[in-house]
Amino acid sequence: MKKSITLTVNGTAHTIEVEPRTLLVHAIREILNLTGTHVGCDTSSCGACTILIEGKSAKSCTVLAVQANGKSITTVEGLATAEGLHALQEGFHLNHALHCGFCTPGMMLRAVELLEKNPNPSEEEIRWGISGNLCRCTGYNNIVKAIQYASAKMEGRELPSTEPEFV
Amino acid sequence: MIECKTSKEIGGMGHSKKRKEDARFIQGKGHYVDDVKLPGMVYMDIVRSPYAYAKIKKIDASKALAIPGVLAVVTGKDLEQYNLHWMPTLMSDTQMVLSTDTVMYQAQEVAAVIATDKYIARDGRDAVIVEYEPMPPVMDPFKSLDPNAPVLRTDKEGKTNNHIWHWEVGDKEKTEDVFSQADVVVKQQMHIPRIHVASIETCGCVAAYNKVENHLTMYMTTQAPHAIRTVIALVAGHVGLTEEKVRVISPDIGGGFGGKVPVYPGYVIAIAVSFLTGLPVKWIEDRSENLQADSFARDYHITAEMAGTKDGQILATRFKVLADHGYTDASANPSKFPTGLFSIGTGSYNYHNAYMEADAVYTNKPPGGVAYRCSFRVTEAVHAIERITDIYAREIGRDPADLRMQNFIKKDEFPWASPTGWSYDSGDYHAGLQKAMDAIGYHELRKEQTELRKQGKLMGIGISTFTEVVGAGPSKDFDILGIKMFDSAEIRVHPTGKAIARFGTKSQGQGHETTYAQIVAEELGIPMEHIQVEEGDTDTAPYGLGTYASRSTPTAGAAAVMAARKLRDKAKKIAAYLLEVSEEDLEWEPGKFFVKGAPEKAKSIQEIVFASYTNHPPGMEAGFEATHYYDPPNLTFPSGAYICVVDVDPETCHIKIRRFVAIDDCGNIINPMIVQGQVHGGLTQGLAPAMYEELIYDEAGNILNGTFMDYLVPTAVESPSWETGHTVTPSPHHPIGAKGVGESPTVGAPPAIVNAIVDAVSHLGIKHLEIPVTPYKLFKELKAVGYFK
Repeated sequence: MKKSITLTVNGTAHTIEVEPRTLLVHAIREILNLTGTHVGCDTSSCGACTILIEGKSAKSCTVLAVQANGKSITTVEGLATAEGLHALQEGFHLNHALHCGFCTPGMMLRAVELLEKNPNPSEEEIRWGISGNLCRCTGYNNIVKAIQYASAKMEGRELPSTEPEFV
Repeated sequence: MIECKTSKEIGGMGHSKKRKEDARFIQGKGHYVDDVKLPGMVYMDIVRSPYAYAKIKKIDASKALAIPGVLAVVTGKDLEQYNLHWMPTLMSDTQMVLSTDTVMYQAQEVAAVIATDKYIARDGRDAVIVEYEPMPPVMDPFKSLDPNAPVLRTDKEGKTNNHIWHWEVGDKEKTEDVFSQADVVVKQQMHIPRIHVASIETCGCVAAYNKVENHLTMYMTTQAPHAIRTVIALVAGHVGLTEEKVRVISPDIGGGFGGKVPVYPGYVIAIAVSFLTGLPVKWIEDRSENLQADSFARDYHITAEMAGTKDGQILATRFKVLADHGYTDASANPSKFPTGLFSIGTGSYNYHNAYMEADAVYTNKPPGGVAYRCSFRVTEAVHAIERITDIYAREIGRDPADLRMQNFIKKDEFPWASPTGWSYDSGDYHAGLQKAMDAIGYHELRKEQTELRKQGKLMGIGISTFTEVVGAGPSKDFDILGIKMFDSAEIRVHPTGKAIARFGTKSQGQGHETTYAQIVAEELGIPMEHIQVEEGDTDTAPYGLGTYASRSTPTAGAAAVMAARKLRDKAKKIAAYLLEVSEEDLEWEPGKFFVKGAPEKAKSIQEIVFASYTNHPPGMEAGFEATHYYDPPNLTFPSGAYICVVDVDPETCHIKIRRFVAIDDCGNIINPMIVQGQVHGGLTQGLAPAMYEELIYDEAGNILNGTFMDYLVPTAVESPSWETGHTVTPSPHHPIGAKGVGESPTVGAPPAIVNAIVDAVSHLGIKHLEIPVTPYKLFKELKAVGYFK
């Protein structure tokens, strides 16, 4: 028995029919065709499916679509605005914080909430803050730098160098 | 600083250009295989064995088929009708696609369910009832060789044991002589555990067979699309899928690390079902399936021995390996290299006698193995040599840095003929280690360690100075299924001076769209922004063997250089024609030819390209295109010097990496930012097996950590802030002196970390620790030596 639900995704309301068991990530990917949200595991461990529900980061593989009925959702496709890329998107690009790109959307959306709660986090706070998101390619150094860059940009502080540093 | 020959606008080698591929990934517009959606597409899920070793008594699909939306249940018997129930492996072994009678490991493919929706396919999977008759599995590779062990591969006629092959290299007798006369001999047994690449994207495909056209388009997570096309044609040619009727498209790949080189049963079943039904079939494995059934890496049991003098001169090494391949040897190695490039294990040291041997065995574990970000078994070899070197240094009371400096091959001794047959192209090992020691403050750390020990604190410093071997490889030795391991580049420059370059490789995050463009920019002077790079479509890209084993830069990167140089030769002829001078009168600087002594008389590359379409010299072929298939004369030998500092909590045995300095030498650097990014990532994938990752099986054959909840991929918290740098020793035979870097850190990091942990507790009587070194394992070892009462 399908249920009718309304999801406001990236500012647009969609009324869709889903089975009660349909996972939110599948509703987003398969029904709304927003494939920037990825699936990397089946145990809520990797965070590739991270989105924002009412501004809070959530692993959309562990939320039923019906639970999100009436909620406002942000996916990676909704990060940029008419003015341009989000500071995190810019930070990830300029600091080489992505290789294969598969974890990147979830990582950035997790960082959105992190910076909202803690606009100027220390390196350790950033590392703990993204510890629910796995990246297999980058070794995390540059993800930390990217989030620091976004923090500086959003807070209007001087932007850190985006050139690689060597010993 | 890296010197650049081109301007920032041209963006050739040495510029830290930001990546061209990022735009789509940061905006959610990457296109991975699970994003492929075709009209009429159906979904496949796989029924897997709960037993490690069992007879299949009966498969009852009736309940599954009764579910609305379940279209079919495919078994091994169905595939047998088309002789598709078994397939060859790359190592001349055979692997089941779907079992017809016996399952050989837990999670093996038993049946496939096809349905209109992925949820229904899973319902169908859960409704298939399989009756098994379990048998006691063989899980221990040593017991597998016991004469009384059951023979696992009863499908192989005349097989009387579980031994797969024996391999050896080096001079056994001479090495034995040296060992028997040496002052000092050290010996250590070590296990390099079974681990999994665990790329964040799992494997999958969409097989789309068009019955009317008799044409298969295979969207697939593969690191080697061209080789896969040939394999499909070889396996399925007899049912009409000949090679011109197969197109393999490898879209964006969410990490590969070697795990996306093999052909897995799921791909073959999807093709078979699409072929029979004419429907596009999507199969995307979940994480548990990925960890439990896809190729593992490592699983080498090594006995390493080193002979030397009392004053620290290494004289010989001897390695003996037992390789656990699971139920079939499905290694992704070059065909003539059953142990991959393990014979690099004589390391960075100057000595002349070595002998290595390996025996491979079958067990009831999943088949493999693959690389895990490593050039075919180099990690195992480097672990053995770097651990045993440390053990030797400790045995004779020498500082491990000092001992390495004494034994390094000197930079003027290259090319170095290794005792196992390699010709190392170049290196400057002394400079690398010195730079790492200076960066980390090695001597001060040793003083600090002495002080801390007086206070009862545990701190250790570990070194690894490794030599990698990458870029397979020269056609005289290297092939896969007979296809030589060259790689290719095709450059087409359009009339307006903008180019498309296509390659036989396939990036999985390495940044080829940026670095290949920089190589072409370096050679032709066309701005890298104007060079579009494409890979992964066998209908458009030139044939190549793919991306793994750090081979893209050494092979396809070199092919790009050679193709570009062909174009530059043509450009010179056109410039001479346009400027009405002879070719000898022209000189090149990036982006233009000019007349010697009259630099104002010049033609830019863009003007020359335009002329090749609009005003080319009489008798010359029009257009501006070139292709090159590059057969490397040798492999390349990157190296590195890594130093790790750890602090161990004397009560909880928690291990904290305080600092880690990695100095890599990958020859000339194309993009320092990307090289550094590769090193960061590789280091975390070296940390992983050193301290966290291992696929664990119980005696009954059950995997105990087959999900991401318990297979511990390091997060940003476990991963330290890596400090990196480089020395530059160009490869003398690579056309731009580059070597390859993506895997060096995964290879070099584990022994540096373990050497540091052992160093922290060596004064308490510990000589060796097996990886992964967990706090509990360390606690047990410390308890065994009486540290904990």
